Amino acid sequence: MGKTLAEKIISDHTGKEVAAKDIAVVDVDVVMAQDGTGPLAVSQMEKMGITKVKKPSSSILFIDHAAPSPRKELSDSHIVLRRFAQKTGARLSDTGEGICHQLLVEKYVCPGDIVIGADSHTCTSGALGAFATGMGSTDIAVGFALAQTWLMVPGTIRIDLDGGLARGVFSKDIMISVIGKITSDGATYKALEFSGNMIGNMAMDDRFTMANMAVEAGAKTGLFPSDEVTLKYLEAIGRKNCFKKMYADPDAGYEQVLDVDCSRLEPMVSKPHTVDNISPVSQLEKVKIDQVFIGTCTNGRLSDLAVAADILKGRKVAHGVRLIVVPASRDVYLQALDEGIIKDLALSGASVMAPGCGPCVGVHQGILGDGEVCLSTQNRNFKGRMGNPNSFIYLSSPATAAWSAVKGYIADPREVLV
Amino acid sequence: MEEKILEGKSFKFGDDISTDLIAPGRYFHLRSNLGELAKHVLEDADPDFARKVKPGDFVAGGKNFGLGSSREHAPAIIKLAGVGAVLAKSFARIFFRNCINVGLPALICDTGSIEDGDRLEINLASGFIRNLDKGQEIRFNPLPKVMIKILSDGGLTEHIKKNKGFNL
Ligand code: SF4
Repeated sequence: MGKTLAEKIISDHTGKEVAAKDIAVVDVDVVMAQDGTGPLAVSQMEKMGITKVKKPSSSILFIDHAAPSPRKELSDSHIVLRRFAQKTGARLSDTGEGICHQLLVEKYVCPGDIVIGADSHTCTSGALGAFATGMGSTDIAVGFALAQTWLMVPGTIRIDLDGGLARGVFSKDIMISVIGKITSDGATYKALEFSGNMIGNMAMDDRFTMANMAVEAGAKTGLFPSDEVTLKYLEAIGRKNCFKKMYADPDAGYEQVLDVDCSRLEPMVSKPHTVDNISPVSQLEKVKIDQVFIGTCTNGRLSDLAVAADILKGRKVAHGVRLIVVPASRDVYLQALDEGIIKDLALSGASVMAPGCGPCVGVHQGILGDGEVCLSTQNRNFKGRMGNPNSFIYLSSPATAAWSAVKGYIADPREVLV
Repeated sequence: MEEKILEGKSFKFGDDISTDLIAPGRYFHLRSNLGELAKHVLEDADPDFARKVKPGDFVAGGKNFGLGSSREHAPAIIKLAGVGAVLAKSFARIFFRNCINVGLPALICDTGSIEDGDRLEINLASGFIRNLDKGQEIRFNPLPKVMIKILSDGGLTEHIKKNKGFNL
C-alpha cells in the first residue's frame, strides 16, 4: 500500500518504511520553543546535564508571547532565553520580530522537514508539506540536545475540499466547519491531510490558517502537499532552493475521508467556550461585542489584514468597541505599511500593536473585563483564554471580525463584500 | 512498570478540561516559579482544588482531558500539588505525552462511575483501579511500551540522563 504524507515524511527520516502506529526515533530538522515554554526547556536541559545544542542553526527560541514584556518576571524569563542562545549558538528571535509559527514558515521550515516545537500550533508549518507537531518543554529540551525525538506514526484523516468559496467566505470558515464536524477530539493522535480540487487555488496564507487549527480537532499535525503554490511562496521570500515536492501516494490508506463542498459554506463562528461549538453567523442572535482582535498565528498575515482593511477603509469602528490589530511578523507589518493597510486600519480606530501573539493568550495587550465579549481571529476560545474566565470569546475570519467591529455586534461580512 | 499501589481520594472533573483551566494564562508570569503556579492548579475548573488536594489524591476527568496548549507546566503543577495519577476517558495528545515526560501517570479508563470524593486504589502494574467506596473494579488501558519505559525511569529527563540518549 502507498503512503500518506505523514508516513512518507517519517519514513524518509528513519531510513526504513514505517506505517501508521509504528514507533520511530527520528532526526528532526527544526526545533523551537517560545517564551512561555522555553525557560522550562532550558532548565530541563540543565537537569539532563547537557550544555550543547546539537543543531544551533535550526534550534530557535522565540520571544513572542509576552513581547514587549508586561512584567518583571517575564522580562527575567526573556533574559534566560537570550543567555541560552548566546551560550549555545541557538537562534534567538526577539521582541517585535513576530509569532514563532509565522517566522518558522518565513525563515526556517522546508517541505519534507520534521519540525517539533514547544507550542501546540507548531502544526502550522504542515501547510508547507512538513511534518510539524507540538510537544512539551522536556521533549523540546531533548530536541535541542540531540536533534531527535520519538514519534508514533499517526493514522490520517483526509479532508477533501471541493467547490469554490462564495464571496465573504474564507479558509477560516472552512476550518471552523471542519472542526465542528470532526469535534475537538475526533482527530486525537491522528494527522489531517488536506486534499481535493480546491487546494490548488488556495493561497499559502489560507493553507497556514487551516494547518494551524488542526490541533483544535486534537490532531498531531495538519498537512498540505507541496505544489506550485508552495514553490511560488518560497520563491517570493527568497527560499526557492528548499522546495521539494511532497505528496501522498494515490493508494495511501486513510482512516477516514471527509468530503467538504466549500461552495455550500457560509461565514462561521466558534462560540464560547469550545472551538467545535460552531454556528453560521447568519443563525446567531444579535451578539454585542466589546472587543475585536485581528491577528495571531491563525489570521495575522498580510492577506488577513488586507481583507480587514478593505472593509474598514473609510469606516469607523462602532462606538464602545475596541479593535486590536497585531501583525503576525515584522515582514507582514512592513508590507502592510507599504500597502497603506496599517493606515486604513488605524484611521478606522484600530490599536495596531507590535508583531507577536498580542492578547491571544491572556498575558497582556487586551485582557477582557468581567462579562465582556470578544470576537477574535485566533484559533481557540477556551474559558479564560484571554486572561479572564468570566469573559466570552467567539472566533471568526478577519472579514467577519472587521465588519462586526463596524457594526458593534457579530455581523455577516456578505452584507459588505457583495 | 514498577510494582506500585497508589491510594487516595478522587477529585472529579467534567469533559474538556483545557490547559487554560489547569494553568491559566493570567499566571503566565509564574511559569518559571512552578511552586507558586501550583497554588493556582485547576483554579478555573475548581477554585478550591489547590487548597483541598492532599498528596496521593487523584484527578478524574471526562473525555479529552488536557486539550489546548503544549504547556508542560499543566501536568507539572498537577504533579507538584501531590496528585498521584490523572484518570480520564481520553486525553489530548500533547498533555498525555507531557504527563509521562514529567513522571505523572495518566490512565485512560471509564471514569463514569467515579464520584467526587471516592477513594481509589490503583495498581499501576496490573492495570486495575479499585473504587474502595463502591467496591467496583475499573480496568485502564495499558500504556504503550515506550511510555512505560520513560515513566519507570522517572520521566523523560531521567530517561535521557540514564541512557545518554533514547533507549526505547
Ligand atoms: S498567536 Fe496565540 S495561538 Fe498563536 S502562538 Fe501566539 S499565543 Fe499561541
